[in-house]
Amino acid sequence: MSLLQIEGLGIDFGGLRAVNDVGFSLKPGEIVSVIGPNGAGKTTLFNMISGVYAPARGRVVLDGEDVTRMPPHLLARRGLSRTFQNLQIFQSMSVLENAVVGHHLHERGSVFADLFSLPAARRRSKASEDSARALLDRVGLGRAAEQEAGSLSYGALKRLEIARALALKPRVLLLDEPAAGCNAVETEEIDHLIAQVAAEGVSILLVEHDMKMVMRISNHIVVLDHGEKIAEGEPAAIARDPRVIEAYLGAQATEAKHADG
Amino acid sequence: MRLSSKVTTLLILAAVIAIAPVFFPSSYYFRVGSLIFVNGLAVTGLVILIGYAGQISLGHAGFAGIGAYACALAPVHLGLHPAFAALLGAALSAGIAFLVGRPILRLKGYYLAVASLGFGILVSMVLSNEAQLTGGPDGMAVPELGLRGALKAIGIDLSNTEFWYAFSGFVLVLGAWLALNLHHSPTGRALRALHGSEVAARTVGVDVAHYKLVAFVLSAVYASVSGSLLALQNKFITPDVAGFMHSIEMVTMTVLGGAGSVLGAILGAAILTTLPQVLTIFQEYEQLMLGLVMMLVMIFMREGLLPSITRRIRGRGE
Ligand SMILES: Nc1ncnc2c1ncn2[C@@H]1O[C@H](COP(=O)(O)OP(=O)(O)OP(=O)(O)O)[C@@H](O)[C@H]1O
Ligand SMILES: [Mg+2]
Repeated sequence: MSLLQIEGLGIDFGGLRAVNDVGFSLKPGEIVSVIGPNGAGKTTLFNMISGVYAPARGRVVLDGEDVTRMPPHLLARRGLSRTFQNLQIFQSMSVLENAVVGHHLHERGSVFADLFSLPAARRRSKASEDSARALLDRVGLGRAAEQEAGSLSYGALKRLEIARALALKPRVLLLDEPAAGCNAVETEEIDHLIAQVAAEGVSILLVEHDMKMVMRISNHIVVLDHGEKIAEGEPAAIARDPRVIEAYLGAQATEAKHADG
Repeated sequence: MRLSSKVTTLLILAAVIAIAPVFFPSSYYFRVGSLIFVNGLAVTGLVILIGYAGQISLGHAGFAGIGAYACALAPVHLGLHPAFAALLGAALSAGIAFLVGRPILRLKGYYLAVASLGFGILVSMVLSNEAQLTGGPDGMAVPELGLRGALKAIGIDLSNTEFWYAFSGFVLVLGAWLALNLHHSPTGRALRALHGSEVAARTVGVDVAHYKLVAFVLSAVYASVSGSLLALQNKFITPDVAGFMHSIEMVTMTVLGGAGSVLGAILGAAILTTLPQVLTIFQEYEQLMLGLVMMLVMIFMREGLLPSITRRIRGRGE
């Protein structure tokens, strides 16, 4: 049984068909990667699945329920969580508080209890703080907990977003380029973390430009080009697919050549 | 042990309120003090709205007007004790903020500013035009709160200005305590999160529309109580309390002192309440100097006075 099912999803910006007729599905604990060249529509696809954009066509089905065009905060309640390619950090809050906010759904109480700092409110805050610290340790940011989030490096903020997204205890996690800006060691750590989270039964939808990482950890790969799905399958098959090599891997190879030269 | 910022703020506030009278040369200063506290209460509410949630309102004097006129009207027409009239005003403000906030908080930035401005103008127009009820632009009398008499009966004998200094100081500390509690609570974090990134707040499950409304309603209640205190201590009220200038003053105090910090915003209220009196030495250039000070602070200390100063002191300490 698939946990997340995408059917014929599409959206236009003005005359541009940013995403068109994209469909695939995601089983519990599975890692599915979406790859494709810059501007292929990967982030737009994520934005539609997570309720940030309203798709013009198609459906998103989460655990049997049609959740198309549902606002993000209601999707979060149903266990869908995400990170952002262009960082969305609460800059003026501490690193710890950023991770604590991820527990929002578990710590909600009455405004009255919060105003008067009633024991119930303090208990909820304490519980989410403890859990947030554990998550920060898990992404290697335990020592930075008290720092202002704005002072962290790009790679560290990427990991902070993962910690915040994990705080929801999601069933489906969408990661948009989690390893961008990270060095080789950090990339490997994120790689392990993703595999670990998936092993706990969380379904992961991943967008990542680091092909080695994608090929290593994905169970299934979906390839987008110009908003259309041009191929999907197991990593080995995708790596051999001539259309994919032309549209994406080829383009990257050319890029690499330019970089070397 | 390091004191939490909440305890520090409350201690500083309470100590200043308690100790300042020692240096007062005349009873006039008690009067200035209580005006600072009344303004301080309104800006503490705006810290929740502007500083925590990142939303703007240029119409909050409208709620001060509702609180003020509730104290003038409810005792006469409903036979309520002025204290309960103030509570009624606060409840009314909360209800109106709930109804008004829903549609206008969908707007952002200057659209929200203009819409909230419209609300404030609406309230002051109603207060001016319903002359039969409110006395119109000439204003109306407000009954005595009566608490001073009760205190006298139990042996605490305060002059009128001393009483209002102490009482509004007490309400301010209470208001600051609630706002500081909120800051470190799940609700406060949700507000600050949607300030930082609305889309990220939504994806972690924060119902952004709901929390903006919470901040709007809470700040309206603060403004309303502030208006009630002003009416009760002046024993007279005019529609100016709900006027455009008063709304602008409230926001200016908040932003000048530091919208993100309760103590900072109260400092802003203290400065803008007293500065005009101090600047009278510049005579006809008083307004000019005031404007200049405000511009310089915003250019050189964008976060507001207090946060900028503490940041600089910390930076030097390290
Ligand atoms: N809000 C928007 N308004 C207009 N056009 C948009 C919007 N968001 C995305 N686009 C366009 O849609 C197309 C797909 O963009 P998208 O960001 O989804 O690509 P991507 O695959 O994530 O690329 P990258 O690898 O660079 O992150 C691009 O042409 C982009 O310019
Ligand atoms: Mg993208």
